[in-house]
Amino acid sequence: MIGAIATPTTTWYLLLGAVLFSIGVVGVMVRRNPLVLFMCIELMLNAVNLTFVALARRMGDIGGQSVVFFVMVVAAAEVVVGLGIVVAILRRKPNATTDDLAELKG
Amino acid sequence: MELFVFVVAAAMVLGGAVGVVVRTHPVHAALSLVLTLFGIAVLFIAQEAHFLAAVQVIVYAGAIVVLFLFVIMLLGVDNAEDLHIEPFKVQRPVAAVVGAGLVTLLGLAIMVSRKAAVPVVAQTQAVQDAALDPQDGNIRALARDVFSDRVLAFELTSVLLVIAVVATVMLARKPRPGELAPLPEKADAK
Repeated sequence: MIGAIATPTTTWYLLLGAVLFSIGVVGVMVRRNPLVLFMCIELMLNAVNLTFVALARRMGDIGGQSVVFFVMVVAAAEVVVGLGIVVAILRRKPNATTDDLAELKG
Repeated sequence: MELFVFVVAAAMVLGGAVGVVVRTHPVHAALSLVLTLFGIAVLFIAQEAHFLAAVQVIVYAGAIVVLFLFVIMLLGVDNAEDLHIEPFKVQRPVAAVVGAGLVTLLGLAIMVSRKAAVPVVAQTQAVQDAALDPQDGNIRALARDVFSDRVLAFELTSVLLVIAVVATVMLARKPRPGELAPLPEKADAK
């Protein structure tokens, strides 16, 4: 019976990544706090990273892990610039939600 | 054992992700994000991506979430968002439908392509040799790949990081008096 317990295959990891990505998409569509929106984007990036690593192992190709490495660097840069913009905006309009930021002016 | 690790880590990942979306307080959402990121790191280790797991903990759970918390505290926006206010009545149902549809489509695609043959990838001999190293095989192979085949992309990411730092310094500094036009007083007119 112990041997009958399945070991997680690549499919399990891919399904987990799909669910995680969808949660991130729903979060971006539902939430209005710009900081939380960034967190939901991080969720999506992590889902894709998980998919890359799972497929890199399945294919025996280290290139997938290299891509994840670059995705992490770009995500760090993206968060730094994004939070800089959020700081600049919220200094002028405290407690602004994304609906208040529909116009670029001011 | 591997099943146990997967189930626990997947519970961490999904629980944290739902927490990010559902928790109204930004600080709580950030802490839920830490839970998700740690779960991903555990799954990376289970997939023999040891270096990426370490980077995940240091860069994501360390630097990025600390940056989030720092901005939350800096701006003093650590008040809860009222999730009952809905500017668009159709937003939540549409989001639910899109999310469910996305899960269904991605799941179908994964299940259909499950039995597909795995394509063979030609790797350079150095990467193959490094991967067979009994100690630190993953890290050596990754280093061989990044610093030989993808060295141009690696150099470009360093340029990107410098650009990001300069841009953030420009964005986040306090504007000099008179540099920015005054805000239009639309709120008073209403």
